[in-house]
Amino acid sequence: MSIFVDESTKVIVQGLTGGQGRFHGLRNRDYGTQVVGGVTPGKGGQDVEGIPVFDSVADAVEATGATASFVSVPPKFATAAILEAAAAGISFVVCITEGIPAHDEARCYNVLVEDFPGTRLLGPNCPGIISPGKCNIGITSGDIALAGGPVGIVSRSGTLTYQALHELSAQGVGQTTCVGIGGDPVPGTNFIDCLAAFEADPETRAVMMIGEIGGSEEERAATWISAHMSKPVVAYVAGVTAPPGRKMGHAGAIISGSKGTAQAKMEALTAAGVSVTRNPTEAGERMVDIVRSL
Amino acid sequence: MDLFEYQGKQYFARFGIPVSPGGVAETVDEAVAVAESAGYPVVVKAQVKVGGRGKAGGIKLASNADEVRTHAGAILGMDIKGHVVRRIWVENASDIASEYYASFTLDRPNKVHLGMLSSEGGVEIEEVAANNPDAIARIAIDPVRGLSLEAARKWVDEAELDEAAREQASELLVKLYTCYVEGDCDLAEINPLILTTDGRVHALDAKVTLDENATFRHPEWAEFSATETEDPREQLAKEKGLNYIGLDGSVGIIANGAGLAMSTLDVVNQVGGSAANFLDIGGGANADVMAAALEVINSDPKVKAIFVNIFGGITRVDEVAKGVLEALERVHIAAPIVLRLDGTNAVAGRAILEPHLSERLVALPTMVEAAKRAVALAGS
Repeated sequence: MSIFVDESTKVIVQGLTGGQGRFHGLRNRDYGTQVVGGVTPGKGGQDVEGIPVFDSVADAVEATGATASFVSVPPKFATAAILEAAAAGISFVVCITEGIPAHDEARCYNVLVEDFPGTRLLGPNCPGIISPGKCNIGITSGDIALAGGPVGIVSRSGTLTYQALHELSAQGVGQTTCVGIGGDPVPGTNFIDCLAAFEADPETRAVMMIGEIGGSEEERAATWISAHMSKPVVAYVAGVTAPPGRKMGHAGAIISGSKGTAQAKMEALTAAGVSVTRNPTEAGERMVDIVRSL
Repeated sequence: MDLFEYQGKQYFARFGIPVSPGGVAETVDEAVAVAESAGYPVVVKAQVKVGGRGKAGGIKLASNADEVRTHAGAILGMDIKGHVVRRIWVENASDIASEYYASFTLDRPNKVHLGMLSSEGGVEIEEVAANNPDAIARIAIDPVRGLSLEAARKWVDEAELDEAAREQASELLVKLYTCYVEGDCDLAEINPLILTTDGRVHALDAKVTLDENATFRHPEWAEFSATETEDPREQLAKEKGLNYIGLDGSVGIIANGAGLAMSTLDVVNQVGGSAANFLDIGGGANADVMAAALEVINSDPKVKAIFVNIFGGITRVDEVAKGVLEALERVHIAAPIVLRLDGTNAVAGRAILEPHLSERLVALPTMVEAAKRAVALAGS
C-alpha cells in the first residue's frame, strides 16, 4: 500500500501550460500517473499533448473527477491556486513552488485548517510524492525509485531524498511511498502526518526520515515516535556545521539564536530510539541492514 | 535579509511607529549636521548587524558638537566582532522612565504569529526567557484574523506595562504588527521599547529581518539590499544569481540542492576538513551555472581544493559532466577539483570525464571518499 496517493489517484496540474508545469506534468503522466487535466485561467479548451486544459479547478474537477492537484505556478499566485483547489473539493494538493512569502503561506495554511479541513497540502517548496510504480506527483525522477516497499521515506530536502531513494534502489530495497514535505517554514504536511500514515500502512515496514536545521518539527516527530511508532526509523539531519542566523538555501533551514540546531534534533531522535546516522550514505546503508534483518 | 538599526527605524516610521528624531551618517561632519537638527543631547550609535555594540564602545552620548566629533570619529571604522562600522545613527537622546520588549515572529510549530511583550526590556530576550519566563506575555495571533486594538490592550495589561504607557503601547503594537505583516518581516523587534519621563512611548531600537521571498512586492527594498553584505564573495555570487553563503574553511563547495549542499558541508567536517562556503546551484547544473559557481569559488583566496557534489535526478549526470568540462574551458581554476557525480546516468557521466581526469581533476564515486580527497588536497 502507499500513503496519500495510489494508482487510482486522478491528478490535475495547475499551471500545466507553463514551462515547469508542462515539463513535470508530462513526465508524471509518462510515469503512469493519471494526469487527467490542467488548469490555466483563460486557456480553457486548449490541450497539452492530449491533456485537456480548463479555466478553473472547479471546471476540471467537474469534467474529470480529479481528487489531487499538482500546483506549479509562480510564488505570487501559488497560495491562491492552493485555496482554489481546496474550494473545488480537491483533497490532496502538492505545491512545488519555491519562494512563496512566509506570511502568505501562514495565511493559506490557516485558511485550509479553518475552512477546508478535508484538504491535505503537501509543500510548498517540495519535490512532491512518489509511490513507485503507482503514482508520481512532482519533480522526482521516477527511475531512481523502486516499487514494492518496504521502506517509507519522508524528507525536507529534495536532493537528499533522491540520494536516499538511489541508495536503497541500488541495493534492491524498494519503497512504498516517498514524501518530500519541503523546506519552507510552514509546511502543509509535516513529519508526524507522514510517520502516522506509514505506521498505519501494513506494507511499510521501516521508515527513513531526513530532516535539516530550523524549526522543531524533528523534535516533535521524536516525541511522536517514542509514543506511537512501532516500526524502525532511520534518520539523518543535515546542517550540523551550518552557521546560525543564515538561511541555508531553504527558507525554513535557519538556526535562530540557539533554536533549530541539527545537534538538538539528532539528540531528540536518538532519545526516541531512532537510528540516527551522520550522512545520507550511512542512512541508506543502515536502512538496507534493517530491511534485510526484518 | 537583516536590516541595520537605522533602516529598521526608517521602516518602522513608514508604518507610523514613533522613533526618536535622528539620521544616519557616514562621516564625522554628517554626524554633526544630524546632531544639530536632532537636538542635543544625542546618542551616537554604531550601525552593525551584531549584538553587544554597547559593550564594545559603539554607543556614546554626546551633549555638543565637539563630543559628537570625538565619538563619531572613534566609532566610524571601529571593528565590532569582525564587523567594521561604516555608518552611525545619531538621534536625540531620550530620558527613559521604563524599558520594555516587543516583537512579532512566526511560531513555526503552531503555524501562527507569535507576539512577545515584556516589561523587562533592554536586555537579551533569551536571557529573560531563561531566567524569568513569566515576565514575557505571549500572544498567539491567527494570521487570517490579525491583531485588533482590543486584543492588543488585553495583551499590554497582561504584560503589566506602566499604566501611563498602556494605551500608546497598544496602538504602537498594532502598528508594529501591521509592519510585520504588510512589511513582510520574518522578525519585527523593538528592544527597548521605552516610556520617556515625559510620558511618550517609542522605539529606541529596531531589529527587522525581511522575508526575501516577498521581494517581488517590495520594490522599495532595493535600497536595503544595496548595503546588505560586506563579504565580496557573497556580493559576486549575488550578481551571478547564486545561492551562496561565505564560510571560513579551505574546501570550496558546489552542490545541487540545499539539503545536499548542507550535507556536503557536514561530510567535509566529519572527515576533518572545513568548508569555505555553502553553494547550492539548484536543479539545472548546466555549463553556465557551473562556470559561474567555479568563478565565485575561485575568487576566494582561502580555497585550496574544490568539492563538486552532484546528484543527478532529472538533470542527468552525463549532462552535468559535459557542463563541468565546458565550464573548465571557460574559467581558469587555481585549486584542484574533486567531483562526485552520482544518480541518473552516473556511469555515462564518469566515462565522459575519464579522459580529462588528472591530479587536479579527480572523480570519486561516494560523498565520503570524495570529501576525504578534497580535504587531503586542501591540506597539502
